[in-house]
Amino acid sequence: MDFEDTPEEAAFRAEARAWLEANAPSPEDARKMGRETTNEAESLKRAKAWQAKKADSNWACLHWPKEFGGRGATPIQRVIWEQEESRFAVPRGFFEIGLGMCGPTMMNWSTDAQKQRYLPKMLRGEEIWCQLFSEPSAGSDVAGLRTRCERDGDDWIINGQKVWTSGAHYSDFGIIVTRSDPTVPKHKGLTFFFIDMKSPGVEVRPIKQISGTSNFNEVYFTDVRVPDSQRLGKIGQGWEVSVSVLMNERLAVGDAPGPGFDEAFALAREVELESGPAIRDSNVRQKLADWYVQSRGLKYTKFRTITALSRGAVPGPEASITKLVSATNLQNIASFGMDLQDMGGSILDPEVAPANAIFQQALLYSPGLRIAGGTDEILRNIISERVLGMPGDIRVDKDVPYNKLPTGKA
Amino acid sequence: MNFAFSDDQNMLRDQAAKFLAARCPTSAVRKILEGEATWDKALWDGIVELGWTGVAIPEAYGGLGLGHLELCVLAEELGRVLAPVPFSSSVYLATEALLLAGSEAQKQAWLPKLAAGEVIGTFAVAEGAHQPTSRSLAAKVENGRLDGVKLPVPDGLIADFAVVMARTSTDAGARSASLFIVDLNGPGVTREAVKTIDPTRNHATITFKGAPAEALGGTGEGWALSEAVFDRAAVLLSFEQVGGAQTALDMAREYAMGRYAFGRPIATFQAIKHKLADMFVALELGRSNAYYGAWALASGSADLPVAAAGARIAASEAFYLAAKENIQTHGGNGYTWAYDCHLFYRRSKLLALTIGSAPHWKELLISRLEARNAA
Repeated sequence: MDFEDTPEEAAFRAEARAWLEANAPSPEDARKMGRETTNEAESLKRAKAWQAKKADSNWACLHWPKEFGGRGATPIQRVIWEQEESRFAVPRGFFEIGLGMCGPTMMNWSTDAQKQRYLPKMLRGEEIWCQLFSEPSAGSDVAGLRTRCERDGDDWIINGQKVWTSGAHYSDFGIIVTRSDPTVPKHKGLTFFFIDMKSPGVEVRPIKQISGTSNFNEVYFTDVRVPDSQRLGKIGQGWEVSVSVLMNERLAVGDAPGPGFDEAFALAREVELESGPAIRDSNVRQKLADWYVQSRGLKYTKFRTITALSRGAVPGPEASITKLVSATNLQNIASFGMDLQDMGGSILDPEVAPANAIFQQALLYSPGLRIAGGTDEILRNIISERVLGMPGDIRVDKDVPYNKLPTGKA
Repeated sequence: MNFAFSDDQNMLRDQAAKFLAARCPTSAVRKILEGEATWDKALWDGIVELGWTGVAIPEAYGGLGLGHLELCVLAEELGRVLAPVPFSSSVYLATEALLLAGSEAQKQAWLPKLAAGEVIGTFAVAEGAHQPTSRSLAAKVENGRLDGVKLPVPDGLIADFAVVMARTSTDAGARSASLFIVDLNGPGVTREAVKTIDPTRNHATITFKGAPAEALGGTGEGWALSEAVFDRAAVLLSFEQVGGAQTALDMAREYAMGRYAFGRPIATFQAIKHKLADMFVALELGRSNAYYGAWALASGSADLPVAAAGARIAASEAFYLAAKENIQTHGGNGYTWAYDCHLFYRRSKLLALTIGSAPHWKELLISRLEARNAA
């Protein structure tokens, strides 16, 4: 038992590190960039430049097959690359959905000519892709979606609304699942396309979240015309295509960003109660201990997962644990930090609140982390069904035509 | 990254699992619960024969000289079947205390016998229904003679010797106590069974009246040494707890798949699925913390005190949660004497208390993190 690389992994790490050291921006440049890049257009420009530079040396997307410009890398090599790249302040975040979900979907379902046309530009970051699945009335039950597609000669006409679409406002293309036949059960009447996000009739609007910020969009489709040649899979095969997209789960689900044990521990040492520093209070100490043990448990679980990958395993559903535990803890730690600040705990002004108001901010954005990318409840279903092998829920809608399903309120 | 057990260690696990499946079904545990015997002597003899009692004892002292990772593997399997044997008292506590603090002569005298199963050791600290503190500690040693009452002493009815914590100074402070080796078959020792929540592991009240006591480690080092011994035992016990939690979760799953209510297996209800998912998450957090503890123990890391506390807290939580929710999943059947759920419930709480409660270890953990922060 140790934390060392195998010789092959060490060699790969050295190669990755050497390239990053020669090509990534220096820490000073990165800091300067950080100060300057408050606007999204500017950071997108920088991210595209970095992606192109990586593509020139085959570091743009490690797990893609070599024929599409990837490296055909193993899961453990991806982990090593992520570890090494995260040591540098390089721009990230614009291409994950395209490279992680849309790219593999195109590889599986599009024509050779389409692969030639779209994959290289996706890889280099010249064109950005998004994923259009969720709808206002189809979240966890995404197959209950309503957006319609209707055949019109060689085209399809799409009408409806998608929601929670990350990056729709700067995306060039998107993959979308729509309903082609409402008279058959819900999973059987879906058809899948890729679309040009600049098509007439596509309207992107930002969603204002609880936190007041806007990280996602809703996308409206009004008589959007899509050529049949952009259909992926057969008519009515859209659910199968969607499932293949969702199988490309992100390899390493990160911890929820925000205050964790370290920040709570620091705050408890700083805050004075009538009886002395908060850290002397035994309730405070007991809670801190729980969070320490849980965050360490997640860290060491990751070590175990990486070890399994290193020994050739494929990433499994166990990664669901990280988001389930860390999002809940984040919300609890946020509330705890504010309780320590007592009457003043409600102050959101970072000039006044301790630690630049990270606890207050986290209270407002943490509910979203318990929902996005699989709600707590769906994650528990995944653990019980895919890890523990328990049966799925009884589906009362399985054999009912979609247009006969009760819908309740949208 | 190699944060897992080796092929050889996993082979040892398979052998251990096979042996215990044959020799320690729950009917064997139930026999101790309901019968006259207070431990499973035949199982213990089998364990000794396999050399498990000497796994982490160096060859120079008659052991197998393997190491603590192998001991962790065995602990997990023993925990899985609730083995009613004095393994934790004799191996994790008495043996570790001797390895840690014994003089060369003491190691020569005791370790070969412990490895060969000729003697069973235990560790006696508690003096009743409260946390032992430097103010409360009453047992005392003067001129090599021990007076006092220890309870509950795990495996106190069957152990041949005990490492006993006793006062050697009238101060109430970190140097108020020392450790002593006391022959439990010798003069001045009377023992009596004490009833605990888990009768599948025997516990005793031991009264010492002028019992001969030989110092183990330096005078005044009792608290520090017992803390160090408990850190090592915490890691090993955490594997027993992980093993027990795994069995409890497996039992709950199996029952839920086969039990029908409202026309369907209860395993299809989210109320049950989510309960089991939570048990699994706690178990994974416990297992991962236990692994880190194992690494720290086996590698002699300076991080052992923090790692051990983490393993102790997470594994105690995981086993107790799995054991109580296993009863809940079984419904009314789970509450009966006839079903085995209560065996795990009893053991989970026993193990969560035996070297100090979770609140105590949480306090220790934060103190240790504060100390590390200050350093």
